Amino acid sequence: MSGAALDITNLSVAIRRGPTLLHGVSLHVAPGEVHGLVGMSGAGKSMVGRCLLGILPARVGITGGSIRFAGQELVGLNERDRRRAGAQLALIPQDPLSALNPSRRIVSQMTDVMRLRLGLTQSEATARALAMLHEVHIRDPEGVLHRYPHELSGGMRQRVLIATAFACEPKLIVADEPTTALDVTVQKQILRLIRDLQRSHQTSLLFVTHDLGVVAKICNSVTVLNAGRVVEQAPVAEMFAAPKDPYTQALFAATPRYDQPGGVVA
Amino acid sequence: MTTPGTLRHALTNWRVVTGGVLLLVLLVAAVFAAALSPYDPLDQDLAAQLAPPDWHFGRDAHALGTDSLGRDVLSRLIYGSRVALTVAFVAGILTAVAGTLLGLAAGFFGGWIDALISRAVDIWSSFPPVLLSIILVALIGTGLWSVVAAIVLIDWTRFCRVIRAETLKQRRLDYVDAAVVAGLRPRAILWREIVPNVLPLALVLLTLEMGLAVVIEAILSFVGLSISSDAPSWGGMIAEGREVVHQAPWVLIGAMLVLLATVLGFNVLGDGLKQELDPVLR
Amino acid sequence: MIFRRILLRLLQAIPTLAGVAILVFVLVRVVPGDPVAMMIPPGADADVVARLYAQYGLDKPILTQFGLWAAAAAHGDFGMSISLRQGVTGLIFSRLPATLELVAFAATVAVVLGGALAVFGIRHAGRFGEGAVDAVTGFVLSVPDFLWGLAFIVAFGVLVPLFPISGRNDPSQALGLASDFILTESFFRLRWGVTADILAHMTMPAIALALPLGAMIARVLKSSLAEQMAQDYALLSRVKGFSRWHVIVAEALRNAAIPTVSLTGVQLTFLVGGTVLIEKIFSYPGIGSLAIDAVVNRDLPLIQGLILTFAVLFILINLLLDLSYAMLDPRLRHA
Repeated sequence: MSGAALDITNLSVAIRRGPTLLHGVSLHVAPGEVHGLVGMSGAGKSMVGRCLLGILPARVGITGGSIRFAGQELVGLNERDRRRAGAQLALIPQDPLSALNPSRRIVSQMTDVMRLRLGLTQSEATARALAMLHEVHIRDPEGVLHRYPHELSGGMRQRVLIATAFACEPKLIVADEPTTALDVTVQKQILRLIRDLQRSHQTSLLFVTHDLGVVAKICNSVTVLNAGRVVEQAPVAEMFAAPKDPYTQALFAATPRYDQPGGVVA
Repeated sequence: MTTPGTLRHALTNWRVVTGGVLLLVLLVAAVFAAALSPYDPLDQDLAAQLAPPDWHFGRDAHALGTDSLGRDVLSRLIYGSRVALTVAFVAGILTAVAGTLLGLAAGFFGGWIDALISRAVDIWSSFPPVLLSIILVALIGTGLWSVVAAIVLIDWTRFCRVIRAETLKQRRLDYVDAAVVAGLRPRAILWREIVPNVLPLALVLLTLEMGLAVVIEAILSFVGLSISSDAPSWGGMIAEGREVVHQAPWVLIGAMLVLLATVLGFNVLGDGLKQELDPVLR
Repeated sequence: MIFRRILLRLLQAIPTLAGVAILVFVLVRVVPGDPVAMMIPPGADADVVARLYAQYGLDKPILTQFGLWAAAAAHGDFGMSISLRQGVTGLIFSRLPATLELVAFAATVAVVLGGALAVFGIRHAGRFGEGAVDAVTGFVLSVPDFLWGLAFIVAFGVLVPLFPISGRNDPSQALGLASDFILTESFFRLRWGVTADILAHMTMPAIALALPLGAMIARVLKSSLAEQMAQDYALLSRVKGFSRWHVIVAEALRNAAIPTVSLTGVQLTFLVGGTVLIEKIFSYPGIGSLAIDAVVNRDLPLIQGLILTFAVLFILINLLLDLSYAMLDPRLRHA
């Protein structure tokens, strides 16, 4: 299965009777590409992901623009069609601690989506969950399936979430700061895992992060957001060589030096 | 803090005005009961037992009907406000003073004093209040003053808990540190710096507490543990009205609505005052 | 595991109960007023008084009195009720089932009502529905259950007579049931006419009892649901393609229930305490109305027995709450 293109044009988002959060954001993710979405916290980068996934907070709404994904317009769909269109989308969330329901076993949290989206039976879904856990290199996958989240380490939980995200073969995955909450040593492994799976499954990836080092390691192209506006958009190599916008330059100045762009941890 | 400005602003708050007007009506009724009542509340008119409300307001008309002894419901309701307000003010203020002092002590001195008081609050407030009040009155005897004592004994925890938390919060604020640096003695800090800042909150709680006190008195009158059943009290009228509810529902309805209006009046006033006195909410 | 926990809690309850027993015993004797005077029926002559003294052992020192009372109590004998001239134990056991059934019904109503309001409010978060739920719970909480009970009597007992306002069942019908759990027994004996009659009698007192707890549950559960719905797992579940309803009910509800149980648990004991008044209002023959009569009649042995009964009920409720945490939270279950 291969990735699908995502085209966001002129997307505006505002709090109801309140300030505007995104001002006409446009970005393009090519099939099979890893696109970085960079900005300081509060720049609106997570809001882009939430628009795409249809999980805007209450009182926040899309006020204009379009989101075309896999040939379909997502803005303006009713809730039911929106959910159906979401079958090709998945999310790797930021905080593995709160992204797993503490009162449900891992197996049920991995299989529910496969039964819903792929129409598998419980035993088929369990077998697939097991295979996915193997694929994310978890130790003792059978044991992990029947545990509760609090019995797993942060890194293991993030692997479970990655396995779940890839399990239904989505065409695009939003990774929302997937390594921020983890230890530095675990961060590297997780990043490598996401990159490997993205390549082998040919999935498109919208990678939301504030960390330019991570962008350098995993992304093909990048969009820089500041205060809800796109300030720069370029292939990674190009931007790392010569950041044009003053804000981007400030971002670079504020962070330590990086390895060569595109230098994916092999 | 309470300043003339806050006061004027408070009069634009519909909650404060609604609650205030309701309670003012009640206060007037209690003070001028003799002038306002069409009948003596104890006068029995055995020719007009359970007479329905009569709106003609002529001679001998009972605007809100009569009870099973032919006593005028309206007059008894008016006189009943005396019992209700007495309990509201006396029990409310005593409870407020006791609970606030203990809360201040716990919050300001900390240590074993706090541990002792907080533990007492925890244990005490884990008992159902209605059950506790009935047991207490059973132990200390019936009558209006026992009721007041029971209310104080039960409800001091409501003040203590909130005032303690607020005192702790105030203590951590900068101005208390500044006062320490300025060389004020602890007791002076307590009275000059913390008490004035805690008082508005105590006032809000007092308003709510007065409403509760009225209900507890009515409950204890209803079960027959407060003042004697002849004397006009809303709880007593509710008990009597409950007995004759099929023949004469107006006795119960009248007393119930007056009690409800009083409770809501205190609640609304309390909520309004909270909005007015809380600088964050304003 | 779970049995050890229950056993431990029950063992811990013994000193609590002993403490309550001592406290009650001492309190009724040290407070102003001669306990005998409290017990004398009106118009009793000196002969009766002397007999009462002997009968209740009140001529003996207080420690001996307590020893006698405790020894008998340990065998389940709490003495004779003065006003009703019956054994206290038998009286309480004949009245307890009525209260237990009322409490169970009321608690169920409170949980269902509060849960439904909270879920509805969260489903319509940020919209009119949520505001309506807040307004309703606020109003319910500002009116005491005493007034709710009376309002129901007037509204649905007299003005629009939907429900009976007194008693537990229609006295003109012979019940012919073996136990005093007449609601449960009639249901399982398939005598549903009787069950319906009992339910009709229980509806108004149960709802009056349930309203404060229900509103409290609605308020606390709604705010903890809101907290849970903001967690990443709830968002993830929606990304997976589940509906809002599914996320609220199947994902968030159980986690939100844990803080709700701990914050509203004490209100359940208040509900049991509330039976005292509500049973009196609705002339419902349980231990609550029995307690009021005992207090009004100064029936000392009965008061003591009833206070201990309520203490036992409260301990059992707390045990139940404690176990429910363990059921809800896997972190505790496996700890």
